[in-house]
Amino acid sequence: MMRRLFYFLPLIVFAGLAAFLAAPLLTGKDPRVLSSVLVGREAPGLDVQGFELPRHEKGMKLVNFFASWCVPCAAEQPILSRMQKDGVAVYGVAYKDKPEAVKNFLARYGNPYHAVGFDDGGRGAINWGVYGVPETFLIKDGRILKRHAGPLTEKDYLQEFKPLLEGGAK
Amino acid sequence: MKYVLGFILLFSLHAAVAVEPDEMLKDPALEARARSISQNLRCLVCQGEDIDDSRAPLAHDLRVLVRERLMKGDRDDQVLQFVRERYGDYVLMTPPVEWRTLALWSAPPLMLIAGLALAFATAFKKRRRR
Repeated sequence: MMRRLFYFLPLIVFAGLAAFLAAPLLTGKDPRVLSSVLVGREAPGLDVQGFELPRHEKGMKLVNFFASWCVPCAAEQPILSRMQKDGVAVYGVAYKDKPEAVKNFLARYGNPYHAVGFDDGGRGAINWGVYGVPETFLIKDGRILKRHAGPLTEKDYLQEFKPLLEGGAK
Repeated sequence: MKYVLGFILLFSLHAAVAVEPDEMLKDPALEARARSISQNLRCLVCQGEDIDDSRAPLAHDLRVLVRERLMKGDRDDQVLQFVRERYGDYVLMTPPVEWRTLALWSAPPLMLIAGLALAFATAFKKRRRR
């Protein structure tokens, strides 16, 4: 009986491995999307022009890295506007962009930002572990609570951000 | 034989396609360190390439950053740590060697040993029966 089981061992190992490898595929999660190593840490400084993130204030803030030359950034503007209307403090960081272009972008797609900083060299983004635009960080009492890489969809807002926003201090 | 050598050569050449002349440092020793550090840093945009090979803007920024830190006097491991603090372990091409990556690093040699042991055991079992 044990001998028979032994012969089936490669098949069992294969089945186990297949299940282990198939599971992430089935969740539909994009493996290229990385999780931020900054979650739980104090928000780094943003050494950008014209902008000082009020990090030490209590409450929830959203920091959105965007650019006028970035198409998904335009696509997520309505969601950001909606969040702003719902009372969220949204701060924008224009990544490697020109003031004129940003002005036109905001005029065209709407301006949900309390303030906009300019990260000309991209150093601010590097300090935040940003590897593409758009990226959105949720900050609570000066600490990074969550990072969303890629454009925000309504689903992201309702399922991922809203529960956190309502759970936190306002 | 020359085809075998040629084939091997193909895989040993590492042409850093994307490093631009104006990025390179004047001090050759520092530049050499920068290149060796860069080859261990993953470009997070094109995630299979290191930052020396990738043409992505982020790769360029990181190459510049590496050289800046070296000019500031950082050691090689400090430069890697600087980037790792911001982007996580995945930015390193080689996983770090630490207690928590023990399973990852030891698995291949252990599997090799286990496989060889199984092979020998099976071979000797067959002989004994005859």
